[in-house]
Amino acid sequence: MRKVAVIGTGHTKFMFNCPKTSVEMLAEASMEAIMDAKLKPKDIQAAFIGNVLGDFSEGQGMVQSFLADDIGCFNIPATRFEGACASATMAIRDAFMWVASGFYDIVLAGGTEKATAMGTALATRTFAMFGDSHYEYPAGFTFPGVFAMLAHLYAHHYNIPLQKLKEQMAQVSVQSHYYGTKNPKAQFQKEITVDQVLNGCMVTSPLQLLDCCPFSDGAAAIIITSDDIARKVTDKPVYIAGVGQSSSGKISSQYKYLPRLRAREISVKQAYNMAGVGPGDIDVCELHDCFSIASIIAVESLGFADFGKGGELWEKGETKINGKIPINISGGLKAKGHPIGATGASQVSEIVHQLRGDLVDLGRQVEGAKVGLVDTLGGDGIIINLVLKID
Amino acid sequence: MEYKLDFKTYNEALKKNNLLGIKCKECKVYTCPPKMTCQECGGIDLEIVQLKGTGKIKTFTQTFVAPLGREGEAPYIVVLVELDEGPWIAGNLADLPPDKVGMELIGRRVKMSHKVFPGDSYSGGPAARPLFHLLEK
Repeated sequence: MRKVAVIGTGHTKFMFNCPKTSVEMLAEASMEAIMDAKLKPKDIQAAFIGNVLGDFSEGQGMVQSFLADDIGCFNIPATRFEGACASATMAIRDAFMWVASGFYDIVLAGGTEKATAMGTALATRTFAMFGDSHYEYPAGFTFPGVFAMLAHLYAHHYNIPLQKLKEQMAQVSVQSHYYGTKNPKAQFQKEITVDQVLNGCMVTSPLQLLDCCPFSDGAAAIIITSDDIARKVTDKPVYIAGVGQSSSGKISSQYKYLPRLRAREISVKQAYNMAGVGPGDIDVCELHDCFSIASIIAVESLGFADFGKGGELWEKGETKINGKIPINISGGLKAKGHPIGATGASQVSEIVHQLRGDLVDLGRQVEGAKVGLVDTLGGDGIIINLVLKID
Repeated sequence: MEYKLDFKTYNEALKKNNLLGIKCKECKVYTCPPKMTCQECGGIDLEIVQLKGTGKIKTFTQTFVAPLGREGEAPYIVVLVELDEGPWIAGNLADLPPDKVGMELIGRRVKMSHKVFPGDSYSGGPAARPLFHLLEK
């Protein structure tokens, strides 16, 4: 396989009630990425697109094909990826493979989602489609409900008083909102306090409103190419050095590992091994903080904290910009927003900017970052990890 | 290859308060809810077994924000229960006010009955789920 680089990124502002369509948002992000890479639409050979609920939110399937046509990439092969909230990262991993194999030289990868058009009730219903429809949904499973159960299980398993765990969880949301104020593309630009998190309305115990990421509209896209082409258009190619992906069954079937998510441990090991790095080499990480507890569980599987100790990273400020492992300096899913089909491309875009050193003016540059990790979770079982590197 | 125990058969039995699972003849591990293969070893030499429907609560959540069409059910308690035979299954917890329960639920012993979700536009039909009751009050 040959070396593969990201040479362009595009990202709409994530928001509530975006006036644009899913295809329009994706077209804007895609053209921004193509121009960032100093290319033209005719240079793009294929598109790999994440989109999850367009069928429900706009009655629109097959967004990838309309996207390609809209931006003047006429008749290129365009493929939609559905891996719930990990869809775009899944699309990017496949896009990487097609370029690494030599089949394509320049491709577009990204994703789009317009979740807020559904309203809370339908959005809650459709997000619940990523649990088991026959064996779990009849009991009233919701997506936050799964992580709520993991939170209670985590507290019991590691013998942490629930109140202490909830305070750690609140710290996760507080930090994300702080960095959200430094990201003009973020849905929320407002700081919050631990007290506000702990006094929010209960969604599904123990998760309160500010433990949960919002429903969001937005799109993000990147351009992936071979090393030789990358070096012609940029002096700062960001390489996709390692990729990993894993799946799992319904949450009850994972009982031997819970509250650990085995899929993440398998996926990140693939990505680390392929890149020849370990958790200690990661300078900056964007991880899947769909719920505050999800971040705490994630950092342990990614190797940044011992099992049962993940929350201490936020307590001690080690996840901040100058900390041991800066996490979600974009604001994360919590503050930046979580348009589920686009999230992975947004995370990759953020890491690309961190490694290029683009974020100094915004006050959220991790100084000297050379290796970044992306972690995206779909449902309670699809995980994709990417290690990005700059020379 | 056909399922040894498919959803329809499992669901019909559950509607009569019979909890069915599969047992692997090779590794002896129980799988419930059923799958095509053994949860433990992926084996396909399986037999249908009736499970006792008793176990203990491993975790729970009290859900206040319900999906479309189920708003009238909220608040309700969702539980994951470790069956005496080993596997965990999902269900609801009955008999308790959903806004008055906490961590003390974990470890409590329960016995199963069932309740039918009538289905909605997206569900492909009705489906029963276990409804658990605390064994000791």
